[in-house]
Amino acid sequence: MNRYPLWKNLLVLIAVVGGGLVALPNIYGDDPAVLISREDQGAISEMEADSARRALAVSGFEILGARTRGNSLLIRFDSVEAQLSARDLLVEQLGPGYILALDLVPRTPDWIAALGLRPMSLGLDLQGGVHFLFEVDTDSVVTKRVEGYADDFSRRLREDGIRRTVQPQDGAVRVELRRREDLERSEDLLTEIEPDLEYDSGFDGEAAWITATLGEARLRELRDNAVSKNITILRNRVNELGVAEPLVQRQGQGRIVVQLPGVQDPAQASRILGSTATVEFRITCYEENALEADRLGRAPLGCELQYHTDGRPILLRRAVIADGGQLVDARQGFDENGQPAVHVNLAARGADAMLEATQENLNRPMGVLFIETKREWDDRGEPVTREEKTVISDAIIRGVFSSRFQITGLNVVEARDLALLLRAGALEAPIFKVEERTVGPSLGQDNINQGMRAILVGLMLVVLFISVYYRVFGMIATMALAANMVLIVALLSLLQASLTLPGIAGIVLTVGMAVDANVLIFERIREELRNGNSPQASIRAGYEKALVTIADANITTLIAAIVLFTFGTGPIKGFAITLSLGILMSMFTAIVGTRAVVNLVYGRRRLRRLAV
Amino acid sequence: MELLRLRREIDFFGQRRIATILSVILVLVSLGSLATRQLNLGIDFTGGVLLEAGYQADADLGAIRSDLEAAGYADAQVQNFGAARDVLIRIPPREDIDAEGVGEELLGVLRASGQQVDLRRVEFVGPQVGQELTERGGLAVLFALLMILLYVMFRFQWKFAVGSVAALAHDVIIILGIFSVFQLPFDLTILAAALAVIGYSLNDTIVVFDRIRENFRRIRTSDAQAVMNTSVNQMLGRTVITSLTTLLVLIALFLFGGEALKGFSSALIIGVVVGTYSSIYVAGNTALALNVSTVDLLPPKKETANDGAVT
Repeated sequence: MNRYPLWKNLLVLIAVVGGGLVALPNIYGDDPAVLISREDQGAISEMEADSARRALAVSGFEILGARTRGNSLLIRFDSVEAQLSARDLLVEQLGPGYILALDLVPRTPDWIAALGLRPMSLGLDLQGGVHFLFEVDTDSVVTKRVEGYADDFSRRLREDGIRRTVQPQDGAVRVELRRREDLERSEDLLTEIEPDLEYDSGFDGEAAWITATLGEARLRELRDNAVSKNITILRNRVNELGVAEPLVQRQGQGRIVVQLPGVQDPAQASRILGSTATVEFRITCYEENALEADRLGRAPLGCELQYHTDGRPILLRRAVIADGGQLVDARQGFDENGQPAVHVNLAARGADAMLEATQENLNRPMGVLFIETKREWDDRGEPVTREEKTVISDAIIRGVFSSRFQITGLNVVEARDLALLLRAGALEAPIFKVEERTVGPSLGQDNINQGMRAILVGLMLVVLFISVYYRVFGMIATMALAANMVLIVALLSLLQASLTLPGIAGIVLTVGMAVDANVLIFERIREELRNGNSPQASIRAGYEKALVTIADANITTLIAAIVLFTFGTGPIKGFAITLSLGILMSMFTAIVGTRAVVNLVYGRRRLRRLAV
Repeated sequence: MELLRLRREIDFFGQRRIATILSVILVLVSLGSLATRQLNLGIDFTGGVLLEAGYQADADLGAIRSDLEAAGYADAQVQNFGAARDVLIRIPPREDIDAEGVGEELLGVLRASGQQVDLRRVEFVGPQVGQELTERGGLAVLFALLMILLYVMFRFQWKFAVGSVAALAHDVIIILGIFSVFQLPFDLTILAAALAVIGYSLNDTIVVFDRIRENFRRIRTSDAQAVMNTSVNQMLGRTVITSLTTLLVLIALFLFGGEALKGFSSALIIGVVVGTYSSIYVAGNTALALNVSTVDLLPPKKETANDGAVT
């Protein structure tokens, strides 16, 4: 007789029922929604929520529901068209100070949501959106740091009257001393101010040299730091852009992945995210002749030749009063003449310097230098970075100010972008886009529909075939296949791994391969029957003998899937995940699951023949 | 119902000469094509820009080409993608390409002709990323083969491991060969398909090996070829049925999965057919050529008594 112990039957039951429950949220679908947040991250008040609702009601929008999520307000609509036009309306009605994001909200009933169950998330290729891969130029951080050391060294040695030349090199500083007797003293001075560097020195005739090198560990720390700071800044920028469920993640040594689902305007996202723009405030060299300097192509001592956006040459002092890093807040607005402006708020250190500078330079022009880092390719195809600097304003200082003032000389879009960038913070190191994938929302929907149809048709063909071929056992295998699907969806929902188009392909392939375990078992049962064994003994032998084969075969496929997961990126990973989950689940449903049902159907009676 | 009720065993290994010649020819043609024509690599590997756009009416490819040429994209490849209204534009990597705005710019060129164009997808891949991906992809295939070799060695015996890896290499080379001979576009999903075929074909091979091992232990004959032939015949029903069900879903995927999965499903269809063939002929023949015998598969002495009792 073939009977399962109670616990095994219970296990199957619990797995199927539990899996069904976890997979349940996926059948309800999503509502398009608009997410309203305050730019200052404060909570949306009852009054603000009311006015938003009223504005929508007046324009005839049908609101499916509105509720708060964290500090934000979430309003659901019945169609994507309504969602888009409602957003445009709210942007107008609410005015500046708010961030409006598009989102998809699951229609899950409250009792399921209360259990903490969520539907699986959809990948960008199914939902539409943008995927960026940025590379962080960590070399520039090292170069900057080395230059900083070189400046410090030079200053310290000069104070002691030591004659030297200091040169920043690749990851090191080289100091050349005119007199060999200065060496010992110099080395002491340098190790005193920077004890963490690795020093080396020697004599060269009458002269001497010292090199200070950044160690391997120090270099790694610098680079790591730059990448993680950039990730923070990119997160800030993404939040400012108003994207509902963004992903900002490190990939490998120096790369950052940014995924923005549902973003309609990839060009703006790309411009903002990748921007290295920052500003510097400097007093102009008003006493010098800028046109003369432009003609000679050479700036006087202590000055720097730059050009205004309108083409005028302007001489700026080398000393920087304050830069973008010292801002605590920046908002787009208008100046007293109605021109677009960025209102900024300086931190204490910058404010002190600004107060001093404005006191000293009243009625003289102050320049605002806009700096952007771009990547270009040289003749050998190697990437080189170049800073692009323009003076956006050289207004006369009319009064003494410190922390609060405004930047003018921009159009509305430029002012909005600059305010956003200054608020989110400047990147620690420049980043460059090395990959971009944009999927329009219509293609996403097509992909879902086609993928689902492929799964359904494939499933039906297989079910039809095995039901005819293996009769009762085939139908039992069909149940196992259905349970397998439910468990894959349940696991994807639990793991919150996103489903992609290759992921769907993995599920389809699993349907084909999951049957294999049952085919092996059923063929073995037939074989045992042919050898003249009784039906009950054949069932037992069939399952037992096929087990080793199934395990061997599935483990090798699993190895391939794991290798795919380890080496693959985005889309390949999605395929590997569903394939491995499918294989694992099929081992359970096809072996334990079908056996439980077979035992229930056939286990308790004496059989003359089997429908296999 | 039974599809294959055979009166007599098919003498698979009697035909091994023909099978060997066929496999060698296929592999040589594939390698030759890979060496001379290479693969038609997609932008995932080469880098570059790809744009898919949907038109309201059938798109005029000639006009699009000349518009793009006028805009400075003379090297753009323009083709239909799935439907006559859908257009796929590929631009090979160039040093001067502006990563920030190229998608917008291309769309602008398409829209300049006054037609309504729906942007469906833009992909930009830097040349460096593509190169890394190619290296990683190749490494992934090699690594998967190595891991599988080790597993089969551990579970069976080295002669079988060599046999199964020979079968896998055979399958991968022929799939790549077919993509090269017909210059079908080879992108990231095709690489995934090739790796899935490794898993699938191995599945088949292992199932046959498993039976060979069982029979070697039971029959105790010196005629290895006869044992292997019996084993392949015993598993033939399963091999055919599984391949059939897998092919059924792959055909559904090919017909209904949309243009994006066409290449993927066709690579897998080729792979399943070739993989089924190779698990019967290539894997077994390689093991036979290495003089596999009963001794190779006898369980360690201690277990012999138990083994006899069970079977």
